[in-house]
Amino acid sequence: MEDALKTGIYGVVAEFDNATDITRAARKAKDAGYTKLDAFSPFPIEELSETIVERHTRLPWLVFAGGVIGCIGGYYLQYWTQGVAYPLNIGGRPYNSWVSFIPVTFECTILLASLVAVFGMFLLNGLPKPYHPVFNVPRFDLASRNRFFLLIEAADSKFDRQGTADFLRQQNAREVVDVDY
Amino acid sequence: MSTEVTRGTDDRIDQYPDKHVTEGGRAGEELDGYPPVIAPGHSFASVTDKIASLALRKRTPIGWLFAFFIAGSILQLLVLSIAYLLAVGVGVFGNNQPVGWAVPIISFVWWIGIGHAGTLISAILLLFRQSWRTSINRFAEAMTLFAVACAGLYPLLHTGRPWLAYWMFPYPNTMGMWPQFRSPLIWDVFAVSTYASVSALFWFVGLVPDLATFRDKSRHWIPRTLFGLGALGWRGSARHWHRYETAYLLLAGLSTPLVLSVHTIVSFDFAVSIVPGWHATIFPPYFVAGAVYAGFAMVLTLLIPIRVFYGLEDFITMRHIHNCAKVMLATGLIVFYGYIMEAFFAWYSANIYERAMMWNRMAGSYSFFYWSLILCNGIVPQLLWSKRVRENMFALFTIAMFVNVGMWLERFIILITSLYRDFLPSSWGMYMPTIWDLAMFVGTLGFFVVNILLFIRLLPIISIFEMRTLLPEAKVHPEEEHKVIEDKRQERGDTPASGGLLPATGD
Repeated sequence: MEDALKTGIYGVVAEFDNATDITRAARKAKDAGYTKLDAFSPFPIEELSETIVERHTRLPWLVFAGGVIGCIGGYYLQYWTQGVAYPLNIGGRPYNSWVSFIPVTFECTILLASLVAVFGMFLLNGLPKPYHPVFNVPRFDLASRNRFFLLIEAADSKFDRQGTADFLRQQNAREVVDVDY
Repeated sequence: MSTEVTRGTDDRIDQYPDKHVTEGGRAGEELDGYPPVIAPGHSFASVTDKIASLALRKRTPIGWLFAFFIAGSILQLLVLSIAYLLAVGVGVFGNNQPVGWAVPIISFVWWIGIGHAGTLISAILLLFRQSWRTSINRFAEAMTLFAVACAGLYPLLHTGRPWLAYWMFPYPNTMGMWPQFRSPLIWDVFAVSTYASVSALFWFVGLVPDLATFRDKSRHWIPRTLFGLGALGWRGSARHWHRYETAYLLLAGLSTPLVLSVHTIVSFDFAVSIVPGWHATIFPPYFVAGAVYAGFAMVLTLLIPIRVFYGLEDFITMRHIHNCAKVMLATGLIVFYGYIMEAFFAWYSANIYERAMMWNRMAGSYSFFYWSLILCNGIVPQLLWSKRVRENMFALFTIAMFVNVGMWLERFIILITSLYRDFLPSSWGMYMPTIWDLAMFVGTLGFFVVNILLFIRLLPIISIFEMRTLLPEAKVHPEEEHKVIEDKRQERGDTPASGGLLPATGD
């Protein structure tokens, strides 16, 4: 927030028209010591993500945990209802007839893991977020069509309004603009 | 191998002579004599604009209105039959002792099977890196959702008291009762509801980036707000894409065993009983194959007309049509093998009830339907061996229709011929569907088509962002790619040092 007051802007953004240029620019920005940068592209670019993302997401572990909870919870639901809360003798089977409990346990595992995968992904991404300063960039609606944008935030310690903009201009950018709050 | 290559991919192909083959064909590459997955000459902009223009248009095509009018009228039949069922009771259906399960359950199994192709295309083919899935996965997933919605109606209405359907779920209640988890019918509740939920989530996750495209392309504030709500503020950040792709792959991995389990559990509804003709270990695999078979037939039934009507030949190319036809042929052969094995088991088991059941199927009162089933599902699809037939849209559509009918007949045969003559001749009886049985089934066809039409009119029917990744220009230049990965590796070694040198952020 301090930086915003200092510069009055959220950051600067450079527009590129192909995947190779933005990947190269992101790489150079990293090399130049910028840390608060983000790239926006109309489709996932593995090389770009490898440059921007500091460490692999924790999501797989969360999904695994979701699956384990679903599995144990699903089995326990059946064990408790069939064996403790409401025991019924069905064809002389044991109350804890685990073979019959497999299908529902399996479905609960998948359901919980999938819910965590989807909602975990959105939450870790900070979505839903209807407003973001980058949407103030006039041509940003092309980020979902055919253009690529590289953002360097004003909060970056190395950020300098003129210097950073010049740096981005040298990276084969089509246009470099300020991002207002 | 590669006869036609678009600009920009040449060096890559020279460098890795086999890579383009294993990738399953990026845009513009013609493989094994089949056309590419996207016609040559497309760019990010043209792909986006073409697909978006199908929904983001002012005028609704006359053909769409006409189809909507017909399907909407048929939908009224469903509304009417549900209203009559609720007013009068389950007696409006033709099922009665000894045939307790009939057209509603047949239709349930038929619809749920159709849904399976969508998940197969979106999840299993993703795991196998089949890039041709990209232009049809969104559509097939939508088909799955609507088919599951149609399927879900039946068990609900078949209970006769749909307002008490929540009794099937485990919840603490004043009666102190819990569902009986040893019953396949409760497994079915969990399987189908999980399947519906996960399919809906998978579909929605795929839609989010495309809804962002629609948000950014709409000029009027109403669609922009609505698409914006759906897009959840998606802005295509590299960090977001990274988690998104992880989540998408995980969902595909979770959906794959799920889809196989759903029809397996549906088949348990039958196989766990001791009724002759149902009590068979072959049921799970043969039901799953039948589901995929029926699903691909429905995909072709819908895609062939839509592709022509909306001029989507560039995106849904002959390659897709060929592949769908081949999957249909392969699964059809598995299903046909299942029919032959059923007959063989009945004979080989030396069980008089199994043998009598099989004999009744082939020569009893419903033998016409049995032989129609063999014709529709076993004989007619053999035409797909011919490349000429696979290339003829009219022939392919007709074969798909045969399979649609055949799969319905399959469930009819399994249910009715096993039940109408059970162990005791004193309890034998014939079954005839009533007008309401048929009205409800035809009505769900209307419900399904109305949903498909609304989907086509309002949402991106092809996954736009995934189509972009198939274009040659989506590829980061190889040297750069190489450099980035190398640098990243070096950087990983240096991370602690460089991280330590940088001042804390936010000062």
